[in-house]
Amino acid sequence: MTRLSVPKTYKLAIGGAFPRSESGRTYEVLAADGGFLANAAKASRKDARDAVVAARSAFAKWSGATAYNRGQVIYRIAELLEGRRAQFIDEISRTEGVSAAEASAQVDLAIDVWVWYAGWADKYAQVAGNANPVSGPYFNLSVPEPTGVVAAVAPQGVTGGSLLGIVSVVAPIILTGNTVVVVADETAPLSAISLAEVLATSDVPGGVVNTLTGSPAEIMPWLAAHADVNALDLAGAGSLDGSSGASWVDLQLAAAETLKRVLAPVAGVPRPALERISAFVETKTVWHTKSML
Amino acid sequence: MTITQPAGLAPAERAVRLLGADLTETALRRHLEGLSGVDAVGLEQRAAGLATRSIKTSSKAWALDTIIRTCDLTTLEGADTPGKVRSLVAKAVTPDASDPTTPSVAAVCVYGDMVPYAVEALGSRHGDPEKGLVSVAAVATAFPSGRASLAVKLADTRDAVAAGADEIDMVIDRGAFLSGNYGLVFDQIVAVKEACRRADGSSAHLKVILETGELQTYDNVRRASWLSILAGADFIKTSTGKVSPAATLPVTLLMLEVIRDWHRLTGEKVGMKPAGGIRASKDAVRYLVTVAETVGEEWLTPHLWRFGASSLVNDVLLQRQKMRTGHYSGPDYVTVD
Repeated sequence: MTRLSVPKTYKLAIGGAFPRSESGRTYEVLAADGGFLANAAKASRKDARDAVVAARSAFAKWSGATAYNRGQVIYRIAELLEGRRAQFIDEISRTEGVSAAEASAQVDLAIDVWVWYAGWADKYAQVAGNANPVSGPYFNLSVPEPTGVVAAVAPQGVTGGSLLGIVSVVAPIILTGNTVVVVADETAPLSAISLAEVLATSDVPGGVVNTLTGSPAEIMPWLAAHADVNALDLAGAGSLDGSSGASWVDLQLAAAETLKRVLAPVAGVPRPALERISAFVETKTVWHTKSML
Repeated sequence: MTITQPAGLAPAERAVRLLGADLTETALRRHLEGLSGVDAVGLEQRAAGLATRSIKTSSKAWALDTIIRTCDLTTLEGADTPGKVRSLVAKAVTPDASDPTTPSVAAVCVYGDMVPYAVEALGSRHGDPEKGLVSVAAVATAFPSGRASLAVKLADTRDAVAAGADEIDMVIDRGAFLSGNYGLVFDQIVAVKEACRRADGSSAHLKVILETGELQTYDNVRRASWLSILAGADFIKTSTGKVSPAATLPVTLLMLEVIRDWHRLTGEKVGMKPAGGIRASKDAVRYLVTVAETVGEEWLTPHLWRFGASSLVNDVLLQRQKMRTGHYSGPDYVTVD
C-alpha cells in the first residue's frame, strides 16, 4: 500500500504567525521544468498593511536590544539554517532546476551571509559613527540609529538566488534594529517561507521579519506610499513591469511623498556590503559636557 | 448651556409609573428577578453575527464620521493636568488638523476637578453636540470604585455640575448590587439624579455606569440595566474602563435590548455608551451595526449613543486619511495622546 504524501501549505509570515492571505487568494508555484510545485498565498494590500502594523509594533523591542544581542540572534539564524540544510537544498533544486550540489552551494552562501552580517552587529557603529572634535569642553558623538520599518523586494527570478536573494536583502536591514516587510521572489517563494520558519524558531522576535508572497507589482505601490513605512529597499524591483505603475521609478516617486529612504535596484543578488547596512540608519549627533565643572 | 431633552424626571418617576405608588424594595426585587433569563449562547451568537457585516466605501465614510461625532474623548488618569485637559479639548474640537471637514467629537470626559479647565478651554465651542459643539462630561460618585458614602458621592456630583459639567457619569455600588441590595443602588441613583439638577431647574445628563466586568453574569447586566433606567438614568454605560473586561459587543447588545424594550413599553429613549477597550475603527463600526439593528438608526446621534474611548479617535482618523488620500497613513500623522 502506498502512503499518501502530506504536502506543506506555504503561507505568509506576519507578526510571528503564519496566516493565509486575508483575501483567500493563492497562486501556483511552478518548478523550473513547468511542473506544479505548490500553492502559495497571494498577499493582498491588506496583508501588507497588517505586516506593517506587526513590523511597527516589533520595532521598539528589536531596536532596543543591544547590538551584541542582535548579533547573537542573527548568528543563531545561521546555526538553525545549517540544521535545516536538507529541506532548503530540496526546495532550491526543485524550484530552480539546479543540481543538489549547486543548491547546497547556495545554502552555504546564505549561511555565510548571515554570519558575515552577524559580525557587523556590534561593529558597524564604530565605522559608521564618529566622535567629532569640537572647540569646547564637549563630547560630540554621531551615532547611527535604525530608520524604522523597511519595505523590501527580494531579487526576482534570479537563478542561484531563491534563498540567497532574500537573505542578502533582509540581513543588513534587521542587523541595525530595523524591522522589515519583505516581498519574496514571486516565482520562487518556497525558500522564503521556509526561511520565515527558521526565523520564527531562532530568537528573532515576531514581527521583525514579515514575509509576503505574491505579486510585488501589486503589493509594492501600497508599501511605497504607506505613511508608516520609513524606507524602501528596491533590490529586486528593477524587473517590475512599469505599465501597471509599479516600476521602481514609480515606487521611488510614491516614496518621496513621505520622505522615505530608498535603496535602488541591483542586478542579481546584492553582494554583502557595509553600504547595505548604512543605507537604513540615521545618524544622530549629540553633545555632552566633558565634566560637571 | 442646557441640554433640554429629556425633560427632568421627578425622583423615581419611572419606577413609580411602572411599579406603583407604594414603591418598595420588594416590588423592585420582584420586578428585577422576574425578568427572563438571558440566553447567553444566543446573545453571543447574535453579536458575532452582527460583527460579520462588511461596511465599505460611502457607508464606511459615514460610519467613521458618526464614530467621531458620537465619541466622548476621555482622559481619566491620576496624572491628568490642566494642560493635558486643554490639549484634549483642542483635539476634541479639531480632531484632525490636516482635514477641516472632520467633525468635532461629542464631549470630553474628565474627572470632576478638571471640569473648569475643560469649560474654559472650550469657550464658545462648549455646548450641545447635536449643534456641532462639544459637551463636558465628568465622572463622579467616587469613580471608578464608587466606594464612598452617599454624602461624598452627592457632593462630588454637585461640585462637577456647579463647575459646568453637562453630563455626569456615575458608577453604581456593585457590592450592594451583587449582594442583592437593589433598593440601596436604586436610591443612590435617584439621589445622584437629583444632585444633577441645576439652580435654574435644568439638569445635567446622567450616565449610569454598570461596570459589567464586575457583574459576573448576563442576567445581572440585564437587571442592572433595568434598575438604572427605572431609577432615572438618561444613559446606561457599560464600564469605567478601569476593569477588564470592559465593553464587549454581547454586553452592549444586551443593554441595547433593554433600551429597546423600555422604548416599546414607554416611548422614552434612553441612551447607551459602551466604554473601554474599543480601540479599532473596525470594532467601533460593529457597535454601530448593532445599534442600527437593535434599536434603530435614530439612536446614532450624540444624544442617544456615545463611545467612551481615548485611542479610538486616532484609529478612525487614520482610516479617514486612508480614504481621503488613497494610501495608508501612520501614527506619525495623528496626535500622540
